[in-house]
Amino acid sequence: MKTVRVAGVGLTHFGSAPDRTGRDLFAEAAQRAFDDAGVARSDVDELNYGNFMGADAERQSHQAPIMADAAGIHCPATRYELACASAGVAVRAAVRTIRSGAADVILAGGMERMTNLSTPAATDALSIAADSLFEVRAGITFPGAYALMAQAYFDSFGGDREDLAHIAVKNHKNAVPNEYAQYQREITVGQVLDAPQVASPLGLFDACPITDGASAIVLVSDSYAAENDIDAPVTISGTGQGSDRAALSEREHMAQTPAATAAAEMAYAEAGVTPDDVDVAEVHDCFTIAEVLALESIGFYEPGAGIGAAARGETTADSDRPINLSGGLKAKGHPVGATGGSQIAEMTRLLRGDHPNSNHVSDAEIGLTHNAGGTVASAVVHILEVDK
Amino acid sequence: MSDRIKDTGYDEWLDAIEDGSGYYLQSPAGHGSLPPRRVCPYTGSTELTETPLPETGTIETYSVIYVAAPGFADDTPYATAVVTFGPVRLTGIVRGVDPEHVETGQTVTVGVEHRKTSDDRVVVFRPA
Repeated sequence: MKTVRVAGVGLTHFGSAPDRTGRDLFAEAAQRAFDDAGVARSDVDELNYGNFMGADAERQSHQAPIMADAAGIHCPATRYELACASAGVAVRAAVRTIRSGAADVILAGGMERMTNLSTPAATDALSIAADSLFEVRAGITFPGAYALMAQAYFDSFGGDREDLAHIAVKNHKNAVPNEYAQYQREITVGQVLDAPQVASPLGLFDACPITDGASAIVLVSDSYAAENDIDAPVTISGTGQGSDRAALSEREHMAQTPAATAAAEMAYAEAGVTPDDVDVAEVHDCFTIAEVLALESIGFYEPGAGIGAAARGETTADSDRPINLSGGLKAKGHPVGATGGSQIAEMTRLLRGDHPNSNHVSDAEIGLTHNAGGTVASAVVHILEVDK
Repeated sequence: MSDRIKDTGYDEWLDAIEDGSGYYLQSPAGHGSLPPRRVCPYTGSTELTETPLPETGTIETYSVIYVAAPGFADDTPYATAVVTFGPVRLTGIVRGVDPEHVETGQTVTVGVEHRKTSDDRVVVFRPA
């Protein structure tokens, strides 16, 4: 089985750029990834591209060939869709293809254009990641679904809105030096608690923003990197995926996410590591409660024990195992179909030492990314390791 | 919308709840699921029997929605809840009580009513 290396990563600034086309966003991320990788476009064997709501936002399905064209590559191109985990599964597919020997170079990533929609239209487009018959028609929104999970968590395990507020405060603080982040500014616990309610118990500052952006990753085989003298110190040593029933009502426990546990166990086993070996993680904090559920699902905390982690300072930048040093979806932004690739890009930069927050993890060797779709009916986990 | 093309299985299920004869699908092992469905999601059994829903259910979790999708814009604020009825859970809107007074553990009945925003039907829970 071939080892897979991250040759280069590229991101657009995450934020509000309603007038920019999706193809322009993805082309910019790809340009940066190729510049970072030093890999010739003509060597790319496949494009694995993530996108969720292009049919709503741009009246454009069948985006993969358009994005290959925009990126200046000529190869088979496929769109992957797994709601907010679309780019995560695009990367996973690339890893497995390169391992198999069927390809040596794959461009993976994703794009989402969202702010050209009105907030109600974007809310509508996002909501259909839930079960259409049994949730959307019952008035469930995307924040509403996570609110149901948050309330179930509080009722089962305890914790409160203030615990969640500390997660938002932490991730905003991490985003301050990140040039790609949508919100490079700090917030306070008081601001989070006083913000308007969106879906109780979650308020506006518990939620990630609506974001335009793209991510691109050049993945190569170990042999390609050696033959072409490509400097690629980060490997993807584990990949895992899990699925669950889409409707929350059909899950055994509404405050646990077993799909992510399955994905993590698969990734840990492939990499031959345990949760204790992980030095740093980027997890899917689309809402503050989601970071808690993520940390518990990947084995960093027992169920019910993760709620106070941020408030206790166990996940902050100066802790032993910082969580979401990029700012996370919460403060860096969440262009849905790009996010899984963005997590890989940020983790690569953190491990290589060229991220503005790398100084917090200068000894880190093993990183984890956790990317979730919907209310974690889909989950993709990757383990990244850096040559030291 | 009355001229909407039906979702067979689902719409008949709503009709039954609306008539006060709601049901779920029970497999021989006692698991419950909701239509349309051909196999039990737990056991794979294809022997699914329409079984009456219990008269009342218990709120498992809830949220008060202040920012809704356009299809529920005129319904806000509304409490949405997941309610356990025997071996199945239903998701719907709680009416007949101030949304901010909805709590986990409350006992409710189930019916089918219309959204305030449109004529579309919605599963509604009311205090028992």
